[in-house]
Amino acid sequence: MDGAAADGTAADGTAADGTPMVLAENVRRSFGQHEVLRGIDLRVEPGEVLCLIGPSGSGKTTMLRCVNHLEKIDSGRLWVDGELVGYREQRGRLYELREREVCRRRADIGMVFQRFNLFAHMTALENIMEAPLRVRREKRSEVEERARGLLDRVGLGSRCDAYPSQLSGGQQQRVAIARALAMRPKLMLFDEPTSALDPELVGEVLDIMRGLAAEGMTMLVVTHEMGFAREVADAVVFMDGGVVVESGPPSQVLVDPQQERTRSFLAKVL
Amino acid sequence: MDAGAKDDVIRAIPVRHPGRWASIAVLAVLAAMLAHALVTNDAFGWDIVWKYLFSEQILRGLWATLYLTVYAMAVGVVGGVLIAVMRLSPNPVLRGSSWLYTWFFRGTPVMIQILFWATIGALYPRLSIGIPFGPEFASGDSNTLVPLLGAAVLGLGLNEAAYMAEIVRAGVGAVDVGQTEAAHALGMNQAQTMRRIVLPQAMRVIIPPTGNETISMLKTTSLVSVIAYTELLYAAQIIYSRNYQTIPLLMVAAIWYLAVTSVLSVGQYFLERHYDPAGRSRVTPGRPMQRDEGRR
Repeated sequence: MDGAAADGTAADGTAADGTPMVLAENVRRSFGQHEVLRGIDLRVEPGEVLCLIGPSGSGKTTMLRCVNHLEKIDSGRLWVDGELVGYREQRGRLYELREREVCRRRADIGMVFQRFNLFAHMTALENIMEAPLRVRREKRSEVEERARGLLDRVGLGSRCDAYPSQLSGGQQQRVAIARALAMRPKLMLFDEPTSALDPELVGEVLDIMRGLAAEGMTMLVVTHEMGFAREVADAVVFMDGGVVVESGPPSQVLVDPQQERTRSFLAKVL
Repeated sequence: MDAGAKDDVIRAIPVRHPGRWASIAVLAVLAAMLAHALVTNDAFGWDIVWKYLFSEQILRGLWATLYLTVYAMAVGVVGGVLIAVMRLSPNPVLRGSSWLYTWFFRGTPVMIQILFWATIGALYPRLSIGIPFGPEFASGDSNTLVPLLGAAVLGLGLNEAAYMAEIVRAGVGAVDVGQTEAAHALGMNQAQTMRRIVLPQAMRVIIPPTGNETISMLKTTSLVSVIAYTELLYAAQIIYSRNYQTIPLLMVAAIWYLAVTSVLSVGQYFLERHYDPAGRSRVTPGRPMQRDEGRR
């Protein structure tokens, strides 16, 4: 595991050497007395789409947030692209990473939130340009061209100058996806990206995610959209009570689940 | 039923508000009484008010009041943001010093702080930079290093910073944590997130109370008359100590304070608009003298 992609080079240059994009071993996390994650094992290969499903409070979102270190883990190990998340291991001891290093790693991981979290004081275009300009310090002209291209791609080329409050939920979420993509991430995290949307707006967001998957983007998706999971996911993980109950290809987990708990959950949501 | 009826624009008789008309009448009478009392009482000395309103001494005092307000608020806002950011920092040393600062400067009267800075020469005739109990690198005469203006600005500004810090802290607290998380997820560090994402949005909440603070500061500058700094009130005091026309000259000062605060209120309206371009605020800033249309 050590230093496979230590120099953090290209987005998908590590696909060949067998390093998983995300690898979790016995990850635990508690909030006070309440243990939200009780030993999670997870593996996402480069180019793979993994859907995390399960009832609310099962720890899916917490697990996702651990991957880009928005949440710390209490025990276990978590690697992204061969690098330990949040820590550096030297001579058998763990050292907390400095802020600069945490930021560098986060910059390579895109995240899309349930509540969009677009910067409310910036237009759609400014939202997308902010991180490439400030974090990567790229040239403004290049960033703007790329940002316009991304807005076109999510079907909002004409809404460059709109503020988030002037956009529908679905449009906001599409801008949020474009914002994450502007950093050319090697991994995309989706935290229930359609849960806050009106039913008729869900489709436009899922379409874009489908397109991303088809292009080979590595994606970790927390979702309640079983149709999307069945169609797009390479693997589905069903979590409940902070543990992985069942995992495997969607054709197995969603169609022919082996665990009673999975069956009763699916019976309610399908 | 008449087919055209439902296409008609509704022309309903609005609800009458006789109570409003009655209260207007009462207020009109009270206003007339007040005007009568102001005009007919010779003690107000309106001719003297008029004579001094634009006198050079008063205008120079007014000018001093204006730049004192600007300097003190500049110190207050910059210091306040700094202290608030320190207070919210994960660094316990910064958090502690920020708390200590607010505790001290908010806990002692401004008047004492102003007097302290003005009399620092008596406490420490010379100020120097160096290693405590060790060698000095540079030193100078206190009264030269902290002139009267400096004492006034320090006294007012450092105290203001303590209050502004609390206002900024409340503003930052009002910004959704999702904004910070989104910035962090994009790889922005603490400082970038604060400066680019959180503070600009906190402005929406910070501006209205800051407007209040500025207006309040304009009037608080009158306290520096205790260290004989010639601002508006002290200028008026100098004049009435000579001609004993106390009330007319206090009226002159009051009129100017009122005039400037009115101008500041207008400025506040435009600032609020600037920091809320999408008009998301629930308390949409109304024009200063806005008619309450649509709710008549």
